Amino acid sequence: MHRSQQPSALAQFEALSQWLRDALTEGEDFCLGYSGEASDFIRFNQAKVRQAGHVQQASLDLQLIRDGRHAELQLTLSGVPQLDRQRLGSALEQLRQTLPLLQPDPYLLLNRDAWHSHSVQLQPLPDCAAVLEQIGRAAQGLDLVGFYAAGPISRGFASSAGAFGWHQASSFNFDWSLFHANGQAVKAQYAGQHWHADAFALRMQQARAQLEYLGLPPRTLAPGGYRAYLAPAALQEIVELLGWGGFSAQALAEKDSPLQRLHAGAARLSPLLHLQEQVRDSLTPGFSSEGYPRRDLQLINAGQPQEQLVSSRSAAEYGLPANGASPWESPASLVMAGGELEQTELLARLGNGLYIGNLWYLNYSDRPAARMTGMTRFASFWVEDGQIQAPLASMRFDDSLYDLLGSQLEGLTRERELSLSTSTYHQRHNGSTLLPGALLSRLTLTL
Amino acid sequence: MVEAFRTLKRDFAALHCAAEHWSLRYVSQDSQQLAVRKQVAEPPRFSRDQGAMLSVRVAGVEAYAATSDLSRQGLQAALERAEALARRIAPLALLDQRPLAPSSACGDQRSPGFDQPFPSLAECYQLLAAESAAVPADPRLVNWRVGLDVSCVEQLYLNNNGAELTSSQRFVYPHLSVTAYDGQDSQTRNLGGAHLGQQGGAEVIERLGLIGAAAQVADQALQLLLAPNTPTDTRDLLLMPDQMILQLHESIGHPLELDRILGDERNFAGTSFVKAGDFGQLQYGSPLLNVTFDPEVPEELASYGHDDDGSPAQRQHLIRDGLLLRPLGGALSQLRSGLPGVANSRACNWNRPPIDRMANLNIEPGQHSLEQLIGGIEHGILMASNRSWSIDDARNKFQFGCEWGQLIENGELRGVVKNPNYRGISSQFWGALKAVGDASTREVLGTPHCGKGEPNQVIRVGHATPACVFAAIDVFGGAA
Repeated sequence: MHRSQQPSALAQFEALSQWLRDALTEGEDFCLGYSGEASDFIRFNQAKVRQAGHVQQASLDLQLIRDGRHAELQLTLSGVPQLDRQRLGSALEQLRQTLPLLQPDPYLLLNRDAWHSHSVQLQPLPDCAAVLEQIGRAAQGLDLVGFYAAGPISRGFASSAGAFGWHQASSFNFDWSLFHANGQAVKAQYAGQHWHADAFALRMQQARAQLEYLGLPPRTLAPGGYRAYLAPAALQEIVELLGWGGFSAQALAEKDSPLQRLHAGAARLSPLLHLQEQVRDSLTPGFSSEGYPRRDLQLINAGQPQEQLVSSRSAAEYGLPANGASPWESPASLVMAGGELEQTELLARLGNGLYIGNLWYLNYSDRPAARMTGMTRFASFWVEDGQIQAPLASMRFDDSLYDLLGSQLEGLTRERELSLSTSTYHQRHNGSTLLPGALLSRLTLTL
Repeated sequence: MVEAFRTLKRDFAALHCAAEHWSLRYVSQDSQQLAVRKQVAEPPRFSRDQGAMLSVRVAGVEAYAATSDLSRQGLQAALERAEALARRIAPLALLDQRPLAPSSACGDQRSPGFDQPFPSLAECYQLLAAESAAVPADPRLVNWRVGLDVSCVEQLYLNNNGAELTSSQRFVYPHLSVTAYDGQDSQTRNLGGAHLGQQGGAEVIERLGLIGAAAQVADQALQLLLAPNTPTDTRDLLLMPDQMILQLHESIGHPLELDRILGDERNFAGTSFVKAGDFGQLQYGSPLLNVTFDPEVPEELASYGHDDDGSPAQRQHLIRDGLLLRPLGGALSQLRSGLPGVANSRACNWNRPPIDRMANLNIEPGQHSLEQLIGGIEHGILMASNRSWSIDDARNKFQFGCEWGQLIENGELRGVVKNPNYRGISSQFWGALKAVGDASTREVLGTPHCGKGEPNQVIRVGHATPACVFAAIDVFGGAA
């Protein structure tokens, strides 16, 4: 069957999960995940197209369970129904032969609820020729380098217990930088489900305006402590690093979490800090790949640790309720509450210090102490008396999170920015963050 | 796989296209991930992935379409989509690739021992369980995990210029980590700094030291828990191979990638402090520094016969006696820049296009045994096993952290220190190279997790390096 005659992704997944249900023998259970996309990718350099292509891919994650034993197999789907049934059948047979070789898993926890979830947000996206024309026109005279990704993303889940989830959303994400001839750059993103030519032109104009400041001679600072404002994109780098084990039940239990001292009461964060994993209104599915409905989770409330991200395995091992976290227990749609700072007073409140548009390449210099290091990058400025003076040469910081978002946090902006994930490792990701900017009384520069 | 290749060749020959050049790159990957954590076997994870990328060049403009539908109709549809896209982007295309001659190479590449059977699932679990059980009973040892990932990749490249390249490779990645906790601090020790990986068969597991390693790794985690913090100081720095590979990767490998120098990566992975005019001119490091692109070390992760554009791969010096000679750039980047390069146009899978990547990037051995390296240091520190890495977007200002540190005083190893970190600037750091270990200190390591590109790609790279000594480096410890 040619692709033009192939069933929709949903019909394909329904048919395969029904086939699997029928193929099951007494005593067997299954969980079946689906992941698929049809993506346009266009890469730009010097405001021209450097590389362009289209990727059509779909895969199943089959977990077979019997007598407390289980194993998983991920297989690529061809889109041809008969061939895909054969592949699923072959995968089922391989797992049937594998299970007797395994010991029962004491941390296996299956969701026996027959929940249903259905969300389809398939908005028409602009033809890529139209997007190219708009980008080309807006970028005239500019050194633009960036990446456009667009198309539908599908996620599904089915289980032998009768659960069935389907999530499908189309979206676009244009992430770009404008470079000044001196090597300084400003970064921008236009992403969502509805492409509006006027909104894109406005976003490009804002980036173009920032570029003018970058033409000033850059300021190189000596290492030391400085007042600083972290724009939402810079704060995003910090919370994304924190997502690497910070809220994970397993990392906390096994003493591998950067927030273990917060949970132990040995360190404190600012009472201004409220952080939530917010499923509603996000582009992420309302169910996990393990087959649990997801719900909003208050991770930090007024600086105090609250809920953790608990996968089914952690639930079984540590006696916690599973709450729809992914197996790797990282947040996918983090939201930080805004504060009282108005955008109009930001620079005045900063006074003398650093306006940091973006941070880059963060990592831990002492993970148990939540001490982290990273670089400034893109549209970062030296500010004096509330006025932008000069772009910053790239500088390295090294600070504890308990300082940055603890004792040194002066305030958060009222206005927040939504950022959709630009990650395309293996597949397009649909995570997001909604974050304010943060005013710090001190950021330690080291190099 | 022979049958799959035969079918694809037949179907490729039947495709029709009005473009001047088109190609197919098929990748099949079968993987398994096994692990035992604290004596409990985690469920095995298998994967079977296959698909193809069709690339088309129309009037010098290239585009691609990747599909998992490998039927003749599916391949034809992808080819037509790629052709239509190439025509659509032509008015805004950055590159005219007409001067680039398509490959006509034919060949076959196989990992050592690819046709030999690999240990069964039961045997692998038995090995992992034994290692897990070898971690001593100590309430401070709160977590340990031992695992074995194996991946078999078979690839076919065809084009309408007669090229036909096949490869069959098996990659083996053993891993072992132990975490110790004293109620306040925790310290984790990984065998090989979590950078163990080679091509081959069962012999890789033993060669990389997994068997019998658990007790020593656990003991080192406990030693770190009791150790003082690394002092803030300026010391000579002895880097062991499982940290040297990271130093090499981040501050030589990435800055020498030609697509970064040409600006393709400025929006994501970054640019480079190296300029196109630096090749043949820039003294990158001390005269002791010799760096090669070497796809000919059989067991190293990125050894191959041809890259993913069909260019033949061969060993080249990138840096000789400290002088920068040649960038890491494939045929297209060489055409764009007018510089020489290497065969490193690589894609991580069928669904991502080839770009300039590191492959095997090695430091050539010097003259000194490990004892001689230590003996030559008056006031220094040994660091091993990377655990943290951060570097600016031009690959210049860096800060790296290791799991394991030992002070060196008057030519002798002294006490263990925890949280060893150091920072520097690439363009100065390699100039401080003052001694290079001999072949007895060299290790062949690598990682499957080098990230780059838009769309993002994570790819395997190999690094072989001896231990090295750098003079007067800023070192410091953690917060505790």
